[in-house]
Amino acid sequence: MNGMSVEMNVIGQTIDEAGKSAPNPPRTVLEVRDLCVAYGKVEALSNANLRVGEGQIVTVIGPNGAGKTTMLSAIMGLLESRGQVIFDGEAEYVPRVERMVARGMNLVPEKRELFAEMSVEDNLLLGAFQRYRSGKRDHGETMKEVYHLFPRLEERKAQLAGTLSGGERQMLAVGRALMAKPKLLMLDEPSLGLAPLIVREIFRIIGELRRRGVSILLVEQNARAALQVADYAYVLETGEISMEGPAKQLADDPRVIEAYLGLGGKHQAMLST
Amino acid sequence: MDFQIALLLAQDGITNGAIYALLALALVLVFAVTRVIFIPQGEFVAYGALTLVMIQAGTVPATLWLLLGAGVLAAAVDARGALASGQKGRLAGVLAWNVGYPVVLAALLYLLPLATLALPLQVLLALLVVVPMGPLMYRLIYQPVAAAPVLILLIISVAVHVGMVGLGLLFFGAEGSRTPPFSEARFELGPMMVNGQTIWVIAASIVLIVALYQFFGRSIYGKALRATAMNRNGARLMGISPALAGRLTFLLAALIGALSGVLIAPITTIYYDTGFLIGLKGFVAAIVGGLASYPIAAAGAVLVGLLEAFSSFWASAYKEVIVFTLIIPVLLWRSFTSHHVEEEE
Amino acid sequence: MKPVLSVRSVLGLFLALLLVAPLVMPPFYVTLLNYIGLYALVALGLVLLTGVGGLTSFGQAAFVGLGAYTTAVLTTATDLPAWLAWAGGSPWLALGVGLVFTATVAFVLGSLTLRLSGHYLPLGTIAWGISLYFLFGTLETLGGHTGLTGIPPIAIFGFELTDGSQIFYLIWAFLLLAVFTTQNLLDSREGRAIRALKGGMVMAEAMGVDTARSRMVIFVIAALHACASGWLYAHLQRFVNPTPFGLHIGIEYLFMAVVGGAGQVWGALLGAGVITIAKQWLQDLLPRIFGQSGNFEVIFFGLMMIVILQRAREGLWPLFARLVPVKATKRTLDAAAAPLPRKPLPARGDVILEAKEVTRKFGGLVANNAMSLTVKAGEILALIGPNGAGKSTMFNQISGVDTPTSGEVLFLGRPVAGRGSRAIARMGMSRTFQHVKLLPTMSVLENVAIGAHMRGDKGVFPAAWRMDRAEEARLLNEAARQIERVGLAEHMFDAAGSLALGQQRILEIARALAADPCLLLLDEPAAGLRFKEKQALAELLRKLRGEGMGILLVEHDMDFVMGLVDRVVVMEFGQKIAEGLPEEVQQNPAVLEAYLGGVE
Repeated sequence: MNGMSVEMNVIGQTIDEAGKSAPNPPRTVLEVRDLCVAYGKVEALSNANLRVGEGQIVTVIGPNGAGKTTMLSAIMGLLESRGQVIFDGEAEYVPRVERMVARGMNLVPEKRELFAEMSVEDNLLLGAFQRYRSGKRDHGETMKEVYHLFPRLEERKAQLAGTLSGGERQMLAVGRALMAKPKLLMLDEPSLGLAPLIVREIFRIIGELRRRGVSILLVEQNARAALQVADYAYVLETGEISMEGPAKQLADDPRVIEAYLGLGGKHQAMLST
Repeated sequence: MDFQIALLLAQDGITNGAIYALLALALVLVFAVTRVIFIPQGEFVAYGALTLVMIQAGTVPATLWLLLGAGVLAAAVDARGALASGQKGRLAGVLAWNVGYPVVLAALLYLLPLATLALPLQVLLALLVVVPMGPLMYRLIYQPVAAAPVLILLIISVAVHVGMVGLGLLFFGAEGSRTPPFSEARFELGPMMVNGQTIWVIAASIVLIVALYQFFGRSIYGKALRATAMNRNGARLMGISPALAGRLTFLLAALIGALSGVLIAPITTIYYDTGFLIGLKGFVAAIVGGLASYPIAAAGAVLVGLLEAFSSFWASAYKEVIVFTLIIPVLLWRSFTSHHVEEEE
Repeated sequence: MKPVLSVRSVLGLFLALLLVAPLVMPPFYVTLLNYIGLYALVALGLVLLTGVGGLTSFGQAAFVGLGAYTTAVLTTATDLPAWLAWAGGSPWLALGVGLVFTATVAFVLGSLTLRLSGHYLPLGTIAWGISLYFLFGTLETLGGHTGLTGIPPIAIFGFELTDGSQIFYLIWAFLLLAVFTTQNLLDSREGRAIRALKGGMVMAEAMGVDTARSRMVIFVIAALHACASGWLYAHLQRFVNPTPFGLHIGIEYLFMAVVGGAGQVWGALLGAGVITIAKQWLQDLLPRIFGQSGNFEVIFFGLMMIVILQRAREGLWPLFARLVPVKATKRTLDAAAAPLPRKPLPARGDVILEAKEVTRKFGGLVANNAMSLTVKAGEILALIGPNGAGKSTMFNQISGVDTPTSGEVLFLGRPVAGRGSRAIARMGMSRTFQHVKLLPTMSVLENVAIGAHMRGDKGVFPAAWRMDRAEEARLLNEAARQIERVGLAEHMFDAAGSLALGQQRILEIARALAADPCLLLLDEPAAGLRFKEKQALAELLRKLRGEGMGILLVEHDMDFVMGLVDRVVVMEFGQKIAEGLPEEVQQNPAVLEAYLGGVE
């Protein structure tokens, strides 16, 4: 089981549709148990539990300020936390970013965090830094694959990252994370600030990545799009997971709208329109 | 002053300017990657030069003991860290690098006939002793406080400088030294005589700058350092740890410093505390570049060198005053061109 | 439990010891104490500059030199130029001249470096510290490297202080006076402004503090302390040469401040004592150990500084203070102080804020695009929108933190775009911050009193000599009133950092109210609050609205917003996509789409 996941095909391996709907639940890639993050005395995240199965897209939705970014940062080891993060079968009590990257977890942060004064190609190359360091020099192959996925990036490979448009930056951020051949890709608000057409493109790519076997933890404010593409969803409100369930079910749940707009049940519009 | 003297002064100024340029580059690099204002840069100049002096005199350089001590300390700290996080496998590597390396080096220094070795080998040995102190320094002194405000890091830098000067006195004594020039050759270039060491300094500086340019532009490690300087968070998410970037940066800074020392030792008498003033002149140049721009810093360095050379002719007593007062118009210019943006620390 | 002593008795004991010290101690120790006093005076300036204000200088020794050389020249020169002849011969006149001269030099150097970001100042101080040192050594009127001799002793009412045990009293009187005035200064309106420097310029400026002025004030004060120390030094030694004014001594002064505890007034004395005594001892010991002579103590000092900054950044004072259990003096409020005058509020319904077509571009990115909104007196307007919609940018355009690329902002009918947050605050706009900006070690009361900064006018000098107490009582009373109003009365004297985040947000509202505004800008006031606290906050905001205050708030908590506000403006992609009553906005399809995502 181990090793077959990401190493085979260049980015993940293709899973046929039958495999996806198999009755056996997929192997767990990430399990988070009772994760708490406190800023001083205030808990920004309390006792969060969640699970991501192999090849799944799991989404965490919720209004601004609910603690979604905090949760991803804690899982990644960017923030101090209490609780347990079990990744790829091995528990981390004190996750550290570099180690998580080396073990195959990658985060595309909300702010993208590109290297603005470097070319697109150098940004991608650095995505493979950790692999390069541990002696895996296959970045050339992977880069071709990323260019295949994002032809726009290849057109602009010599351009500085800082000069890209918003949508291209997001593509570069995702592409850079893919250069590490992650077992689990975490995306923080990939649609943030992007025009609707680009948002659609980004979500198309997320779906494509899943078909290639990459497990994805997707944090989104754009609940409609996220619930459409995801298998399973959690709703995070003021630091706590208030709802969870298969994405299709949550899409029809009026309480989700309530969480976002404070409608108090007055509005009955469904998310799945 | 006639044209002949002007040429001579210009030659002097450019030679020193080349060294200041190297130091300014190192200072900008260290600040960009680690936010450390690297005051002890100058001490590496003195340590490099005086270690070479000791080797040429046939004695085991005293700096070896500092390397050994720092290595043992770093090994202890790292071993404790490795045991605490249950990574016993790392222990061997930790010991080999931090303790094994200085021990092997010590053996070499004791066994080799230091005084009679060829100059390039002597230089190599001096660098092998001094340069690893850079990453060790980062590991022991700066890494534990890597997140501290710039001001705290600066005060620590000053403390390191003060401590290193004291150790320098202990290691090398109060006497100044010079090394024999790399080449005794003299060239006639139009109306002026250019001596061999000048050519050496300028050529070596250019080679080093080009090599650094290649390193930062081509190699993945060089790019990783630039990435850390541009966006620390982004770099961490690529698995480029700030600790690794810091050690690598300090390695380069120590190399540049020690090599600069080796290059100027034949032209200037180096005392245990000479490095500070040399390093500060690199600083004036780095500030001209706003602690951010490499080419402007390099140009500033040549300017500082020329200013120093010419003021030593016209007003030798005020040479240092003039050079360091240059910083005031530079700061004035900086304060008008940069709009103040608050640092959120 | 250990017996607890009052501050008064500890201080009294200390003074008594000082008084008898020169009478009973051998001269060597008196000399040592003289030097400790001189060094502590310089270190005290650095405590104010570095520990309190967050700036630093390695060049203080040069200011000491200015003081020393000024008096040396004036009291020894036989042929002073005519325009300066009046100042010759008298140490006391020379002190005055030295202080004025030093203040001028510090002002010039400060105007060059203080505007730049943090690290340029210390680098600048290194450079001019070296420059001044070389100048002392090369100017012929200053005697070059041999220096100047024959400096007369200081005379007080004709009594000459010729002996170390006589000038002892003068040195320590200077030091204690400096400690006293510095403590007074820190505990005042002006002092809070200085301490606010560490909390960030944006906050201080929004409370009406002229941060550039505050920085200059402490820089000049620190230089003056150094100058006075130099003056005393010159008349203690009776000769001067450049050596004690070099950069390495300047560095030593900073070490003293840091070792003692850069945030503590008494830390300066402790640091000066520790370093001076250790230096004496090590200069004796180390050369014997190493078998050669030299200043090896610097190795030890360097190491000590590194360890202290790695392990105990507050310095030794907190450890020392634990040994002497002194009862904390409890602050009392003077309830009888007259309330501060209030500005008249605009009539309810008047437009107080009007933003017209405000556009802000960052390079190619348009963060705000032709945004317009109005706030009336006595109404609450909510600005909402998804993350990254440009709400914070809009806030910055209105409050003067940033300047719009185009468009106009009118506050009380006057254009304010580009006027800077301090000027706007003065007109009656006050704000809170999304990321709480307060001084965690200061009490809630003092934090709120920063808000009332603009309502007082007593400066540095009255503060240092306690001539500001009447005004101070009124300011603190006003702060206390606002704290009670927002419901934090029980935490009035607690450190602000010990409050929960929600309470810290409420504290920021009290601070904003202490400025007597007519328009409040609140950036996510309900974030981090519990349900009950939110209800209380909503109640408070309703009450303020009832009094005629205009309120503009950015908030994500829709339950909170929808039940409270009068009107809502919704932003997306930097533009206004909807505006209206809460229930209208909730039904608006564009808003639904902005929040929940596009429909395929």
